[in-house]
Amino acid sequence: MAAHVIPPRVYLTVFTILLVLTAITVWVAFHDFGPLNVVIALAIAGIKSTLVILFFMHVRYSTRVVKITAASGFIFLVILIAFTLADVFTRGKLVVGK
Amino acid sequence: MREPDAHDAHDAHGTAPAGAAVHPPHLAHHFKTLEQQSESVAFGVWLFLATEIMFFGGLIMAYILYRIWYPHDFAAGSHLLDIRMGATNTVVLITSSVTMAMAVWAAQVGRARTQVVYLVLTILLGSTFLGIKAIEYTHKWHEHVVPGPHFAWHGPDAPHVRMFFNLYFTMTGLHALHMIVGIGLVAALIPKCWKGRFGPDYNHPVEGTGLYWHFVDIVWIFLFPLLYLIGRH
Repeated sequence: MAAHVIPPRVYLTVFTILLVLTAITVWVAFHDFGPLNVVIALAIAGIKSTLVILFFMHVRYSTRVVKITAASGFIFLVILIAFTLADVFTRGKLVVGK
Repeated sequence: MREPDAHDAHDAHGTAPAGAAVHPPHLAHHFKTLEQQSESVAFGVWLFLATEIMFFGGLIMAYILYRIWYPHDFAAGSHLLDIRMGATNTVVLITSSVTMAMAVWAAQVGRARTQVVYLVLTILLGSTFLGIKAIEYTHKWHEHVVPGPHFAWHGPDAPHVRMFFNLYFTMTGLHALHMIVGIGLVAALIPKCWKGRFGPDYNHPVEGTGLYWHFVDIVWIFLFPLLYLIGRH
Protein backbone atom coordinates (compact mmCIF):
# COMPACT_ATOMS: atom_id res chain seq x y z
CA MET A 1 0.00 0.00 0.00
CA ALA A 2 1.47 3.33 -1.02
CA ALA A 3 -0.33 5.06 1.84
CA HIS A 4 1.38 7.82 3.73
CA VAL A 5 3.33 6.27 6.61
CA ILE A 6 3.00 8.45 9.70
CA PRO A 7 6.19 8.33 11.81
CA PRO A 8 5.82 7.10 15.44
CA ARG A 9 6.84 10.47 16.91
CA VAL A 10 3.59 11.97 15.50
CA TYR A 11 1.61 9.30 17.37
CA LEU A 12 3.52 10.06 20.58
CA THR A 13 2.89 13.81 20.22
CA VAL A 14 -0.85 13.22 19.68
CA PHE A 15 -0.84 10.78 22.62
CA THR A 16 0.68 13.43 24.91
CA ILE A 17 -1.87 16.04 23.82
CA LEU A 18 -4.71 13.55 24.43
CA LEU A 19 -3.46 12.85 27.98
CA VAL A 20 -3.14 16.57 28.76
CA LEU A 21 -6.67 17.20 27.44
CA THR A 22 -8.00 14.31 29.58
CA ALA A 23 -6.36 15.85 32.67
CA ILE A 24 -7.84 19.27 31.84
CA THR A 25 -11.36 17.91 31.32
CA VAL A 26 -11.26 16.05 34.67
CA TRP A 27 -9.92 19.17 36.44
CA VAL A 28 -12.64 21.36 34.90
CA ALA A 29 -15.33 18.91 36.07
CA PHE A 30 -14.47 19.60 39.73
CA HIS A 31 -14.76 23.39 39.33
CA ASP A 32 -17.90 25.41 38.81
CA PHE A 33 -17.90 27.35 35.54
CA GLY A 34 -21.70 27.55 35.41
CA PRO A 35 -23.16 26.55 32.03
CA LEU A 36 -19.65 26.55 30.56
CA ASN A 37 -18.88 23.20 32.23
CA VAL A 38 -20.92 21.32 29.61
CA VAL A 39 -19.46 23.37 26.77
CA ILE A 40 -15.85 22.83 27.90
CA ALA A 41 -16.35 19.08 28.46
CA LEU A 42 -17.88 18.53 25.02
CA ALA A 43 -15.42 20.88 23.28
CA ILE A 44 -12.49 18.91 24.72
CA ALA A 45 -14.14 15.63 23.69
CA GLY A 46 -14.55 17.09 20.19
CA ILE A 47 -10.89 18.14 19.99
CA LYS A 48 -9.72 14.74 21.28
CA SER A 49 -11.81 12.78 18.78
CA THR A 50 -10.73 15.08 15.93
CA LEU A 51 -7.08 14.33 16.77
CA VAL A 52 -7.81 10.58 16.83
CA ILE A 53 -9.63 10.79 13.47
CA LEU A 54 -7.01 12.92 11.72
CA PHE A 55 -3.87 11.12 12.92
CA PHE A 56 -4.62 7.67 14.41
CA MET A 57 -7.22 7.00 11.70
CA HIS A 58 -5.06 8.65 9.00
CA VAL A 59 -7.95 10.75 7.64
CA ARG A 60 -5.64 13.77 7.32
CA TYR A 61 -3.65 11.78 4.76
CA SER A 62 -6.59 9.97 3.12
CA THR A 63 -8.17 10.60 -0.26
CA ARG A 64 -11.10 12.98 -0.62
CA VAL A 65 -13.73 10.24 -0.87
CA VAL A 66 -12.58 8.82 2.49
CA LYS A 67 -12.59 12.30 4.07
CA ILE A 68 -16.16 12.94 2.86
CA THR A 69 -17.34 9.51 4.05
CA ALA A 70 -15.75 10.04 7.47
CA ALA A 71 -17.32 13.50 7.78
CA SER A 72 -20.78 12.43 6.58
CA GLY A 73 -21.60 10.31 9.63
CA PHE A 74 -20.68 13.12 12.02
CA ILE A 75 -22.57 15.71 9.94
CA PHE A 76 -25.77 13.66 10.18
CA LEU A 77 -25.21 13.24 13.92
CA VAL A 78 -25.00 17.04 14.25
CA ILE A 79 -28.25 17.37 12.23
CA LEU A 80 -29.95 14.83 14.53
CA ILE A 81 -28.86 16.65 17.68
CA ALA A 82 -29.37 20.23 16.39
CA PHE A 83 -32.88 19.65 15.00
CA THR A 84 -34.02 17.70 18.06
CA LEU A 85 -32.76 20.40 20.43
CA ALA A 86 -34.33 23.13 18.22
CA ASP A 87 -37.64 21.33 18.80
CA VAL A 88 -37.19 20.75 22.53
CA PHE A 89 -36.02 24.27 23.39
CA THR A 90 -38.84 25.97 21.46
CA ARG A 91 -41.75 23.87 22.71
CA GLY A 92 -44.62 25.93 24.11
CA LYS A 93 -43.19 29.15 22.78
CA LEU A 94 -45.17 29.32 19.56
CA VAL A 95 -48.68 30.76 19.75
CA VAL A 96 -50.66 29.86 16.65
CA GLY A 97 -53.69 31.84 15.41
CA LYS A 98 -53.16 35.15 17.17
CA MET B 1 -9.05 8.40 -13.37
CA ARG B 2 -8.58 5.49 -15.79
CA GLU B 3 -5.10 4.21 -15.96
CA PRO B 4 -4.81 1.75 -18.83
CA ASP B 5 -2.25 -0.81 -17.90
CA ALA B 6 -1.35 -4.42 -18.12
CA HIS B 7 -4.37 -5.53 -16.08
CA ASP B 8 -6.77 -4.30 -18.77
CA ALA B 9 -5.04 -6.42 -21.35
CA HIS B 10 -4.95 -9.29 -18.90
CA ASP B 11 -8.70 -9.09 -18.27
CA ALA B 12 -9.57 -8.66 -21.95
CA HIS B 13 -7.61 -11.56 -23.28
CA GLY B 14 -7.42 -13.86 -20.33
CA THR B 15 -3.71 -14.22 -20.74
CA ALA B 16 -0.89 -11.99 -19.61
CA PRO B 17 0.66 -10.32 -22.62
CA ALA B 18 4.36 -10.66 -23.03
CA GLY B 19 6.29 -7.99 -21.21
CA ALA B 20 3.32 -7.06 -19.00
CA ALA B 21 3.99 -5.56 -15.59
CA VAL B 22 4.02 -8.15 -12.83
CA HIS B 23 0.62 -8.37 -11.12
CA PRO B 24 1.24 -7.56 -7.44
CA PRO B 25 0.45 -10.72 -5.47
CA HIS B 26 -1.74 -8.86 -2.97
CA LEU B 27 -3.81 -6.96 -5.54
CA ALA B 28 -7.28 -8.47 -5.83
CA HIS B 29 -8.32 -8.93 -9.46
CA HIS B 30 -11.23 -6.44 -9.25
CA PHE B 31 -8.92 -3.53 -8.36
CA LYS B 32 -6.66 -1.71 -10.79
CA THR B 33 -4.00 -0.54 -8.37
CA LEU B 34 -2.90 -1.11 -4.80
CA GLU B 35 -3.85 2.52 -4.06
CA GLN B 36 -7.42 1.92 -5.26
CA GLN B 37 -7.62 -1.28 -3.20
CA SER B 38 -6.35 0.50 -0.11
CA GLU B 39 -8.74 3.42 -0.56
CA SER B 40 -11.66 0.99 -0.93
CA VAL B 41 -10.80 -0.56 2.45
CA ALA B 42 -10.80 2.82 4.20
CA PHE B 43 -14.00 3.82 2.35
CA GLY B 44 -15.77 0.58 3.30
CA VAL B 45 -14.77 0.67 6.96
CA TRP B 46 -15.77 4.35 7.24
CA LEU B 47 -19.18 3.55 5.70
CA PHE B 48 -19.66 0.95 8.42
CA LEU B 49 -18.46 3.43 11.04
CA ALA B 50 -21.04 5.97 9.78
CA THR B 51 -23.75 3.44 10.73
CA GLU B 52 -22.02 3.05 14.11
CA ILE B 53 -22.10 6.84 14.61
CA MET B 54 -25.88 6.71 14.05
CA PHE B 55 -26.15 3.70 16.37
CA PHE B 56 -24.42 5.37 19.33
CA GLY B 57 -25.70 8.81 18.24
CA GLY B 58 -29.32 7.81 18.88
CA LEU B 59 -28.45 6.74 22.42
CA ILE B 60 -26.45 9.91 23.05
CA MET B 61 -29.39 11.98 21.74
CA ALA B 62 -31.75 10.18 24.14
CA TYR B 63 -29.29 10.78 26.98
CA ILE B 64 -29.01 14.53 26.19
CA LEU B 65 -32.81 14.89 26.13
CA TYR B 66 -33.39 13.15 29.45
CA ARG B 67 -30.51 15.08 30.97
CA ILE B 68 -32.18 18.35 29.88
CA TRP B 69 -35.57 17.26 31.28
CA TYR B 70 -34.31 15.80 34.60
CA PRO B 71 -30.97 17.56 35.32
CA HIS B 72 -31.02 17.02 39.10
CA ASP B 73 -31.85 13.30 38.97
CA PHE B 74 -29.20 12.74 36.29
CA ALA B 75 -26.63 14.69 38.33
CA ALA B 76 -27.51 12.54 41.37
CA GLY B 77 -26.99 9.36 39.33
CA SER B 78 -23.77 10.71 37.79
CA HIS B 79 -22.38 11.43 41.28
CA LEU B 80 -22.49 7.70 42.06
CA LEU B 81 -20.06 6.94 39.22
CA ASP B 82 -16.40 6.60 40.20
CA ILE B 83 -14.60 9.40 38.36
CA ARG B 84 -11.15 7.89 39.09
CA MET B 85 -12.09 4.60 37.41
CA GLY B 86 -13.64 6.48 34.49
CA ALA B 87 -10.56 8.66 34.04
CA THR B 88 -8.22 5.65 34.40
CA ASN B 89 -10.19 3.83 31.72
CA THR B 90 -9.96 6.88 29.46
CA VAL B 91 -6.16 6.83 29.77
CA VAL B 92 -6.07 3.03 29.25
CA LEU B 93 -8.18 3.29 26.09
CA ILE B 94 -6.21 6.22 24.64
CA THR B 95 -3.00 4.25 25.27
CA SER B 96 -4.51 1.22 23.51
CA SER B 97 -5.25 3.46 20.52
CA VAL B 98 -1.57 4.43 20.40
CA THR B 99 -0.45 0.79 20.51
CA MET B 100 -2.99 -0.02 17.75
CA ALA B 101 -1.68 2.89 15.65
CA MET B 102 1.86 1.60 16.22
CA ALA B 103 0.78 -1.90 15.11
CA VAL B 104 -0.51 -0.38 11.85
CA TRP B 105 2.77 1.49 11.48
CA ALA B 106 4.74 -1.75 12.06
CA ALA B 107 2.62 -3.41 9.37
CA GLN B 108 3.25 -0.52 6.96
CA VAL B 109 7.01 -0.87 7.39
CA GLY B 110 6.81 -4.68 7.41
CA ARG B 111 8.13 -5.52 10.89
CA ALA B 112 6.37 -8.76 11.82
CA ARG B 113 7.49 -9.19 15.45
CA THR B 114 6.86 -5.52 16.26
CA GLN B 115 3.29 -5.87 14.95
CA VAL B 116 2.70 -8.83 17.25
CA VAL B 117 4.10 -6.96 20.29
CA TYR B 118 1.87 -3.93 19.71
CA LEU B 119 -1.23 -6.04 19.00
CA VAL B 120 -0.68 -8.04 22.22
CA LEU B 121 -0.29 -4.74 24.14
CA THR B 122 -3.53 -3.51 22.55
CA ILE B 123 -5.36 -6.65 23.70
CA LEU B 124 -3.91 -6.33 27.23
CA LEU B 125 -4.99 -2.68 27.48
CA GLY B 126 -8.45 -3.49 26.06
CA SER B 127 -8.80 -6.27 28.64
CA THR B 128 -7.70 -3.88 31.41
CA PHE B 129 -10.47 -1.50 30.33
CA LEU B 130 -13.05 -4.31 30.50
CA GLY B 131 -11.69 -5.42 33.90
CA ILE B 132 -12.07 -1.93 35.39
CA LYS B 133 -15.56 -1.72 33.82
CA ALA B 134 -16.46 -5.04 35.48
CA ILE B 135 -15.32 -3.70 38.88
CA GLU B 136 -17.48 -0.60 38.35
CA TYR B 137 -20.49 -2.74 37.39
CA THR B 138 -19.99 -4.85 40.53
CA HIS B 139 -19.98 -1.72 42.72
CA LYS B 140 -23.17 -0.51 41.05
CA TRP B 141 -24.80 -3.89 41.70
CA HIS B 142 -23.93 -3.64 45.41
CA GLU B 143 -25.27 -0.08 45.48
CA HIS B 144 -28.63 -1.37 44.11
CA VAL B 145 -28.65 1.01 41.16
CA VAL B 146 -28.72 -1.62 38.39
CA PRO B 147 -32.20 -1.21 36.79
CA GLY B 148 -34.43 -4.18 37.52
CA PRO B 149 -36.06 -5.79 40.58
CA HIS B 150 -32.83 -5.20 42.52
CA PHE B 151 -33.01 -1.41 41.96
CA ALA B 152 -33.48 0.72 45.09
CA TRP B 153 -33.22 4.49 45.34
CA HIS B 154 -34.13 6.41 48.47
CA GLY B 155 -34.12 9.87 46.91
CA PRO B 156 -37.20 11.78 45.79
CA ASP B 157 -37.42 10.81 42.12
CA ALA B 158 -36.39 7.18 41.69
CA PRO B 159 -37.79 6.60 38.15
CA HIS B 160 -35.64 9.32 36.63
CA VAL B 161 -32.49 8.20 38.45
CA ARG B 162 -33.29 4.71 37.15
CA MET B 163 -33.51 6.24 33.65
CA PHE B 164 -29.96 7.58 34.10
CA PHE B 165 -28.71 4.11 34.99
CA ASN B 166 -30.72 2.53 32.16
CA LEU B 167 -28.86 4.77 29.73
CA TYR B 168 -25.54 4.33 31.58
CA PHE B 169 -25.67 0.54 31.38
CA THR B 170 -27.01 0.49 27.81
CA MET B 171 -24.34 2.84 26.48
CA THR B 172 -21.35 1.49 28.43
CA GLY B 173 -22.59 -2.09 27.90
CA LEU B 174 -22.82 -1.68 24.12
CA HIS B 175 -19.45 0.06 24.18
CA ALA B 176 -17.98 -2.86 26.14
CA LEU B 177 -19.50 -5.26 23.59
CA HIS B 178 -17.68 -3.33 20.86
CA MET B 179 -14.47 -3.65 22.90
CA ILE B 180 -14.93 -7.44 23.11
CA VAL B 181 -15.48 -7.61 19.32
CA GLY B 182 -12.40 -5.40 18.82
CA ILE B 183 -10.25 -7.65 21.01
CA GLY B 184 -11.43 -10.64 18.94
CA LEU B 185 -10.55 -8.87 15.68
CA VAL B 186 -7.10 -7.89 16.97
CA ALA B 187 -6.47 -11.44 18.26
CA ALA B 188 -7.40 -12.85 14.84
CA LEU B 189 -4.67 -10.70 13.24
CA ILE B 190 -1.85 -11.99 15.43
CA PRO B 191 -1.20 -15.37 13.71
CA LYS B 192 -1.04 -13.66 10.29
CA CYS B 193 1.29 -10.95 11.64
CA TRP B 194 3.50 -13.62 13.17
CA LYS B 195 3.81 -15.28 9.74
CA GLY B 196 4.81 -11.95 8.21
CA ARG B 197 1.71 -11.66 6.00
CA PHE B 198 1.54 -7.86 6.24
CA GLY B 199 3.94 -5.35 4.74
CA PRO B 200 4.07 -2.08 2.80
CA ASP B 201 1.90 -3.44 -0.05
CA TYR B 202 -0.68 -5.34 1.94
CA ASN B 203 -1.80 -4.36 5.46
CA HIS B 204 -5.52 -3.69 4.94
CA PRO B 205 -6.77 -6.04 7.68
CA VAL B 206 -4.52 -4.29 10.24
CA GLU B 207 -5.50 -0.83 8.95
CA GLY B 208 -9.25 -1.67 8.92
CA THR B 209 -9.16 -3.22 12.40
CA GLY B 210 -7.27 -0.11 13.57
CA LEU B 211 -10.03 2.16 12.23
CA TYR B 212 -12.64 0.17 14.16
CA TRP B 213 -10.54 0.19 17.34
CA HIS B 214 -9.99 3.96 17.20
CA PHE B 215 -13.70 4.52 16.62
CA VAL B 216 -14.56 2.57 19.78
CA ASP B 217 -12.02 4.82 21.55
CA ILE B 218 -13.84 7.91 20.20
CA VAL B 219 -17.18 6.63 21.53
CA TRP B 220 -15.62 6.42 25.00
CA ILE B 221 -14.06 9.90 24.61
CA PHE B 222 -17.68 11.19 24.46
CA LEU B 223 -19.25 8.77 26.97
CA PHE B 224 -16.72 9.70 29.68
CA PRO B 225 -17.62 13.43 29.95
CA LEU B 226 -21.33 12.84 29.28
CA LEU B 227 -21.75 10.17 31.97
CA TYR B 228 -19.04 10.95 34.54
CA LEU B 229 -18.08 14.62 34.30
CA ILE B 230 -21.06 16.85 33.49
CA GLY B 231 -22.79 18.04 36.64
CA ARG B 232 -19.99 16.77 38.88
CA HIS B 233 -18.84 19.98 40.57
